[in-house]
Amino acid sequence: MVGNPNTGKSTLFNLLTGLNQKIGNFPGITVDKKVGYCKLTPDQQAEVTDLPGTYSLYPKSKDESIVFQVLADKGNANHPDMIVVVADATNLRRNLLLYSQVADLNIPVVLALNMTDMAKKEGININVDKLSAKLGIQVVPISARSNTGLKELKQAIANITPIATQEKGADMKVLAGGAIEEVKTLVGTDNDYYALQLLHQHEHLECYTSQYEEFETIERNHHFESSKLQAAETIARYKHLSTILSDVIEDTGTAKKFVISDRIDAILTNRFWGFFIFLFILLFVFNAIFSWASYPMDLIEESFAWLTSTGHEHLPPGVLTDLLLDGVVAGLGGIVIFIPQIAILFAFISILEDTGYMARVTFMMDKIMRKFGLSGRSVVPMIGSLACAVPSIMSARTIESWKDRIITIMVAPLVSCSARLPVYTLLISLIIPEENVFGFISLQALTLMAMYLISIVAAMVVAFVMKFIIKAKEKSYFIMELPVYRMPRWKNVLFTMYEKSKTFVLEAGKVIIAISIVLWVLASYGPSEKFKAIDSKYAQIELKQDSLQVSTLERDKSAEKLENSYAGILGHTIEPVIRPLGFDWKIGIALITSFAAREAFVGTMATIYSVDGVADNEGTIRDKMRVAVDAKTGLPLFTFATGFSLMLFYAFAMQCMSTVAVVYRETKTWKWPVIQTVYMTVMAYVASLIAYQILK
Amino acid sequence: MNLSHLKPGERGTIVAFTDLEMSVKLMEMGCLPGEMVEVERFAPLGDPMAIRVAGYQLCLRKDEASVIIIT
Repeated sequence: MVGNPNTGKSTLFNLLTGLNQKIGNFPGITVDKKVGYCKLTPDQQAEVTDLPGTYSLYPKSKDESIVFQVLADKGNANHPDMIVVVADATNLRRNLLLYSQVADLNIPVVLALNMTDMAKKEGININVDKLSAKLGIQVVPISARSNTGLKELKQAIANITPIATQEKGADMKVLAGGAIEEVKTLVGTDNDYYALQLLHQHEHLECYTSQYEEFETIERNHHFESSKLQAAETIARYKHLSTILSDVIEDTGTAKKFVISDRIDAILTNRFWGFFIFLFILLFVFNAIFSWASYPMDLIEESFAWLTSTGHEHLPPGVLTDLLLDGVVAGLGGIVIFIPQIAILFAFISILEDTGYMARVTFMMDKIMRKFGLSGRSVVPMIGSLACAVPSIMSARTIESWKDRIITIMVAPLVSCSARLPVYTLLISLIIPEENVFGFISLQALTLMAMYLISIVAAMVVAFVMKFIIKAKEKSYFIMELPVYRMPRWKNVLFTMYEKSKTFVLEAGKVIIAISIVLWVLASYGPSEKFKAIDSKYAQIELKQDSLQVSTLERDKSAEKLENSYAGILGHTIEPVIRPLGFDWKIGIALITSFAAREAFVGTMATIYSVDGVADNEGTIRDKMRVAVDAKTGLPLFTFATGFSLMLFYAFAMQCMSTVAVVYRETKTWKWPVIQTVYMTVMAYVASLIAYQILK
Repeated sequence: MNLSHLKPGERGTIVAFTDLEMSVKLMEMGCLPGEMVEVERFAPLGDPMAIRVAGYQLCLRKDEASVIIIT
């Protein structure tokens, strides 16, 4: 399937294939490949590939370059037997430009005329039979939105002849006849347009890299000027299309369709109200991610806790059970817990995109964002990161420019996510007194807000710096269609929620489970002689003091084991490094376990501080941490300086393996997640160091 | 005169482009010589701008619009 953006191509793809689709990769590049299966007739099934939307075969972005690569290379595993070009009937001429290029490649083609119902409403009458006769192919009017014409389209696909029947779109010989002839003999084709395309794009085609020199020689000999010829070709094609369409289209009410859309635009992109409305919508979305997701998230958390405890009750105790429950199941829980937020965020994104509002947001925000090396399209991922960086990084895919997208992905995890919230609230309640400023604003809430502001400022500053460091391979455009406002397609919304959640669980999930298991091993095992000593020590205590509660004893024992585990040893090892930040080895362990997920900080602190006999064992973590003393100085450990330094560390450090995994998935290389982890960790260290040294 | 100089509501006809590479992209999107363009509005901060061309709405940055020569 090939078509312009905003033609409803993906909706049609979903209708044809249903849930029977999978997302893979085109080999070697960072573009998702969507493949599905469609039953055409009772005994014919088609494999359908959804190619990225593009306005022409000459690519402007990496996504678009895949279209010609797939269509041109007969050896490509995705090379099609036939092409369905999806065209928007309300803007037929522009849509047919791509058709005429594709048709000239001489692959059998069917034209699906989408949004015919919409076109009719707007007073555009298309004589389908005439168009079909003039193009020499089957043309099927459909409406993916109201689900009409699908049966006919399937039938047309099933009827396709193996030999292309279409009329030629334009004569390419007049453009570069000599060069075309030489390429035809060089590669052994009789297709003029294919030869011309090879002259333009052979360097992007793997199957012709060996003939690079020959192509370059032909180009030099014939003074081949790529941009000039592309422009000439485009004009020639439009001219040809105008003659074809002259007695095919009857347009009776051109201006009518924009009236409503214009009125909406006058309000939504208003000089004054535009930003207020946007802010209000954001607030609503952000609030929904927080509050709506909390119910399913609680449920998931409880279910996994129940699963773990029931598992421990019923399964035979041993290493395997522990690994399964505390490693695998806990890791799985850590993934599944993100699903509600991912699903809700993407539901909103897909609604905003479907209605056409998202295009207006990028339109309004582009100027501000550009100053910081981002683009209008970065707004949504940045806002979404306030909830969770993982779905937001996935949503950055809508950013066409490679550089803008990479910078957005690189800074999104700096924005304070919901996982930092429990850490902040715990530490703030420890170090900030419960006082009010001006009598009514809580000092603690103010600190929390400050942490969020710091995170957003940091993200903008880093983006600004990266703007100068990262070199763009392609020119960034902001030439974009502003689609007419439409009602969202609810089926699409549900589909996006399902698809994004599934992708996250399957792709990021693998890495998360692997790291969870490693962390579990590190936290549960240590040098065997030490562990044996602890076992026997507690066995003796248990014998002597039966008055002590067994549960308390168990907790002390596990805390001591954690201290002597490999994770504990690691904590002691890194202590010299984190000492200047005001952290001791216990915080060190928390920093290590926090790499799985930041909220693990609270749990780790809970376990580790149960070892200190000073505090009443029944007390809360906060009370235990408050009375905790530094083993070396004997002074309280959680001073204002340490607490603030620790908060800054959590604000900046990359302590989220889900994010690392998703950045790897989205950029398809380890380069970016590694750079990101390093710069964030360095930033966290320096910020904490400065804060602690000044405040202590 | 180039397109970025027009005010909202003003119209012009595309004559030529000053940037060859950009012209390919613009023509593919329907901005052909001879085509009538109308400036619809500017973004709240004055850039980018939205134009009506070839039966649909297109937005582009001012420096991109400045390569489109109109009369």
